[in-house]
Amino acid sequence: MLEDKDRIFTNLYGFEGWNLAAARRRGVWDNTAEIIKKGQAWVIEETKNSGLRGRGGAGFPTGMKWSFMPKPSDKPHYLLVNADESEPGTCKDRDILRYDPHRLLEGALIAAFAIQAHTVYIYIRGEFYNEASNVQLAIDEAYAYGLLGRNAAGSGWDCDVYLHRGAGAYVCGEETALMESIEGKKGQPRNKPPFPAGAGLYSCPTTINNVETIASVPEILRRGAGWFSSFGRPKNSGTKLFCISGHVNQPCNVEEAMSIPLKELIEKHAGGVRGGWDNLLAVIPGGSSTPVLPKDICDTVLMDFDALRDVKSGLGTAGVIVMDQSTDIIYAIARLSGFYKHESCGQCTPCREGVAWLWRMMMRMVKGDATVEEIDQMMDITKEIEGHTICAFGDGAVWPVQGLIRHFKPQMIERIEKYRKQARVA
Amino acid sequence: MPKLTINGIEVEVAQGTSVLQACEQLEIEVPHFCYHDRLSVPASCRMCLVEIEKMPKPVASCAQPCADGMVVHTDSAVVKKARKGVMELLLINHPLDCPICDQGGECDLQDQAVAYGCGCGRHHENKRIVGEKELGPLIKTAMTRCIQCTRCVRFVDEICGTPELGGLYRGEKMEIGTYVARALSSEMSGNLIDICPVGALTNKPAAFTARSWELQKTETIDVFDAIGCNIRVDMRGNDVVRVLPRLNEDINEEWINDKSRFAIDGLKRQRLDRPYVRRDGKLVPASWNEAFAVIAEKLRGIAPNRIAALAGDLVDCEAMFALKSLVAALGSPNLDCRQDGANYDVSTRAASIMNSGIAGIEESDAIVLIGTNPRHEGTLVNARIRKRWLRGGCRVGVIGATVDLGYPYQSIGTTPQGIADLMFGKHAFAAILKNAKKPMFILGAGALAREDGAALHRVVRELAEHFNAVREDWNGFNVFQHAASRIGGLDLDFLPQIGGQGTRAILGGAMEAVWLLGADEIDVTKLGNAFVVYQGHHGDVGAHRADVILPGAAYTEKTGIYVNTEGRPQVALQATFPPGEAREDWKIIRAFSEVYGEALPYDTLDTLRTKMFESAPVLANIGHCEKSGWSAFGFTGEVSAQPFAPVIENFYMTDPISRASATMAKCSDEILPLWEAAE
Amino acid sequence: MNDAKPQPALFSFSPDNLARAEKIVGKYPAGRQASAVIPLLDIAQRQSGNWLPQAAMDYVAAMLEMPPIRVYEVASFYTMFNLKPVGENFVQVCTTTPCWLRGSDEIVHACKRKLGIGMNQTTEDSKFTLHEVECMGACVNAPMVQINDDYYEDLTPELMDSILDALKEGKKPDVGSQTGRKGSCAQNGSTSLKEKA
Repeated sequence: MLEDKDRIFTNLYGFEGWNLAAARRRGVWDNTAEIIKKGQAWVIEETKNSGLRGRGGAGFPTGMKWSFMPKPSDKPHYLLVNADESEPGTCKDRDILRYDPHRLLEGALIAAFAIQAHTVYIYIRGEFYNEASNVQLAIDEAYAYGLLGRNAAGSGWDCDVYLHRGAGAYVCGEETALMESIEGKKGQPRNKPPFPAGAGLYSCPTTINNVETIASVPEILRRGAGWFSSFGRPKNSGTKLFCISGHVNQPCNVEEAMSIPLKELIEKHAGGVRGGWDNLLAVIPGGSSTPVLPKDICDTVLMDFDALRDVKSGLGTAGVIVMDQSTDIIYAIARLSGFYKHESCGQCTPCREGVAWLWRMMMRMVKGDATVEEIDQMMDITKEIEGHTICAFGDGAVWPVQGLIRHFKPQMIERIEKYRKQARVA
Repeated sequence: MPKLTINGIEVEVAQGTSVLQACEQLEIEVPHFCYHDRLSVPASCRMCLVEIEKMPKPVASCAQPCADGMVVHTDSAVVKKARKGVMELLLINHPLDCPICDQGGECDLQDQAVAYGCGCGRHHENKRIVGEKELGPLIKTAMTRCIQCTRCVRFVDEICGTPELGGLYRGEKMEIGTYVARALSSEMSGNLIDICPVGALTNKPAAFTARSWELQKTETIDVFDAIGCNIRVDMRGNDVVRVLPRLNEDINEEWINDKSRFAIDGLKRQRLDRPYVRRDGKLVPASWNEAFAVIAEKLRGIAPNRIAALAGDLVDCEAMFALKSLVAALGSPNLDCRQDGANYDVSTRAASIMNSGIAGIEESDAIVLIGTNPRHEGTLVNARIRKRWLRGGCRVGVIGATVDLGYPYQSIGTTPQGIADLMFGKHAFAAILKNAKKPMFILGAGALAREDGAALHRVVRELAEHFNAVREDWNGFNVFQHAASRIGGLDLDFLPQIGGQGTRAILGGAMEAVWLLGADEIDVTKLGNAFVVYQGHHGDVGAHRADVILPGAAYTEKTGIYVNTEGRPQVALQATFPPGEAREDWKIIRAFSEVYGEALPYDTLDTLRTKMFESAPVLANIGHCEKSGWSAFGFTGEVSAQPFAPVIENFYMTDPISRASATMAKCSDEILPLWEAAE
Repeated sequence: MNDAKPQPALFSFSPDNLARAEKIVGKYPAGRQASAVIPLLDIAQRQSGNWLPQAAMDYVAAMLEMPPIRVYEVASFYTMFNLKPVGENFVQVCTTTPCWLRGSDEIVHACKRKLGIGMNQTTEDSKFTLHEVECMGACVNAPMVQINDDYYEDLTPELMDSILDALKEGKKPDVGSQTGRKGSCAQNGSTSLKEKA
């Protein structure tokens, strides 16, 4: 188990204050200027070497993403911090925003320097009103103490950080939708190319990182790439915030080492599955978009990018949704289809039409009011959506259904047969 | 110049070409809905997905720029599967109401469903229903049919500059609308009917009147302004059912304005379908012979120099040529084709036409509008200026009233003082003109039809020369006409002959007999006691004043040449027959000449044209703008300090046809107030 | 009945809100004032009693030099904007899977029973509007509701009842976890960061 001394998010539960004085006691804003003065190349290289991969779901190597930014020109560079945490099962960034905002701001300054940006926008979901309030107060404090603004933290780098609140749209967590939203438009993802590093916010070079990613950076650079990469398996290194929700005895967030076995994570930190491990039915391992895993896979699977990919799921946001034997697994997934139907931006055909269709079919599947052939048809429709949309929302919307069919088809058939039998009796 | 391979064929394309465009160059069909080559590219319908080697997923070809070495497949199994899927998803919520849909037979969705869809449906849920939207008197909606391609949203935003349509709400509830119930304010909203790939936006006045395949189609020319838009007139029997634009990149691209499209119901109302003669103060029906006899008798009793002819705005060259010949035969030098009273120097053709051409607007980088509101006087020129502005790098200045043109501009005052301010560098826009590579000046009737119009004409010529807008490689001096007949009339020299009088004198009560050839935009009270012959197609201003009415043919009912504001002659073709006893205009004049004993020397259209081309060779160059020599033209005179006034009060009612149109009356009631509110 | 409330003809920011709005516009580069549309609509909605009349949208459009339709698009796209009036307490119950697994159905039921209204309805006295909402990002504290700006977490039907009772009496219940745990820490005490607890 990860030891407290190796935890980055030492105020995860808000046991201490969130303000500057308390943050400083935790070591936040220590030597920030020295880190920056080691130079852009060092910051990027060290981040690369740490093996840090994006904590927002896609898991793209952070240092490499930063290195895609072009050389400075007459166009300003922008850093966007994605605090639009909305993936069902995920509530980790919220704890950073409300309890440790200075850690995020320090990371924002360093990352802004790494990509040569003088302006940072933190895009926070609108529902996080109280969290936004803490972040804004932290920003104000940071300015007051010279940690942001001109010559931020004495680093020689000018850096303005602004908070931008959203207004209710999961899809704005998609990087280009987020840019559209900041530009004052509907959050509809853009076509790529152009990629954000070339033309992002206001058509300027832009990098966008998740809250947890950015907030991890200062501690990684303070302690060194080797420290961070000593946790987890190769290419899956570091520590990670896990959210364990659903049918566990003690739902909670916890920072753990990557590659921790799922079973260990649940049993050590979340008090185990309600009714014991054998009462487990399935787990959605990385937020709603990642395909559900049945118990036999959960018995042994490790919580990292590659292990979960190998079982046709994903680490995603590390939002672990646990379901015990009492769960109507078909409804559990159908409800996610309802979520995606509600959140689809409506721009492109496969997602707008297909996701809503899937939800309607799924709701029939919940009742059993369907044919067995329709299960395969539903799988076929997921393939009509997957890979055919502008953004990854379409993929994320169909994966849960694919996971259900992959692992729980017998239960679906059973439901249909039961329904038919009842219909015959009636 | 990237080189790529599409379906095994190598092709080299210009930088920035999309994969879809490259396919089109190779005549490889890529189905699509949201993509439109004149609009921005959302790549949202996903119908145009293709497979590109080394890319992990199918790619929207409309938004993918070609790159060197790309290997594209448009007919692979992956592509076919993707298309079939998108097609199925487009259709799940689309109603199966093709039999009662006006788009049926010319529907992109129908066509592509046949070509790329699946024969059967797997969707057993309820279909989505979307409430209708009130978009005004021209556009009928059936929003349940909408496939959310957003072409309409982009059209009104980008082409019209009237962003009033949006994609509201989201997900499957996303719907196109205005949010507030209101008519669309654009004067070219009718194009939405054409760009909508399904039957969501259809022609309201023509709703449920015909199926597209049963219409007889005639390719012809529009006459509601001097743009010369290329149109197609669709007939059922002898009725004009609808007017559609035809593609002409030089003139109207693929758009027309709403008057051109929707004023056609005016062709069936207030028509003059038989001759009339005024007896005891009242117009009574008469035969052609009776009418001719009355005219002949009257004219014989009047001194030739007290006889005059005025040609109106919708008249074809052939009719003007015949009337001019007749007036000459009568011995009169009094004729004019400029019923607005303009009398500027037209000694060279360059003095009265749009020298840069309409397409030339796209080359200009600084445009000054003087005494014109192109949005009203020639919508497609305005649309072209907007298109140029939208591309960036072009500034527009206006000397005249502050109006909403659909793009931002700098006002250079409302009076002719603005011209002087530019000339003497007293206005900031002078610097813009000075630095411009291809400056342009567009001079309209708001200046030219004034008392001091002839003097203004000269000053603006000097202004254009001052800013080096007239050179070997560029001529940015543009006179902007708004009457379809005007340049043809000038080319035919339908102007006061030696010792003759023009419009102002004719309307000064100096004449004893006046032949009005479709001239309705005049103050008829100024004709005094003159004996008035009105030849035309509608019972409008001129006909009410007439002593004899000779029923003529409207533009859809005759073959004739019109010369547009660029000086480009085009042939309008006959789509239908004039009503009742009405006849083609040149034939009426020819018939009268015979009764009068001065038979004109032609009795077929061909022989008339041969004579006409001898007299005005420029007219024979159909479809082309003939360049003309530059000279120091213009008359000197006093320029008044009066502000420029609008030429057109009501865009929807500018001529006898549109004034007779019930649809245009509705537009006047519902849309004009929106313009006034906006301005 | 609230739907019948007429659209006010006029709207303008109060002096305080105008100052707030101008400060927000200043966060964005010159010419990019449209970026402020969401925050300004939020201010307008707060000023209008938690909904957005058309006049408010038009006002924001004029202030940001945006075509009104672009503002209507934004207002209708983002779910936090209420295009119709809502009650004083806007109760939004999360029913997405993580909350559902922890009993959100019972929370919905408790709200309906206590308030005597169904989903998307407003009480006669305009004190409460009940809505279903998608994941609020507090999954380890499920089930939860958001009432106006605040989250109420770790709910049971009984706890939900007492929150609604308090609001009915005009009291402000404690926000956050209703079982007294700190943030996302496990109910029985944390397994990490123990010495800080």
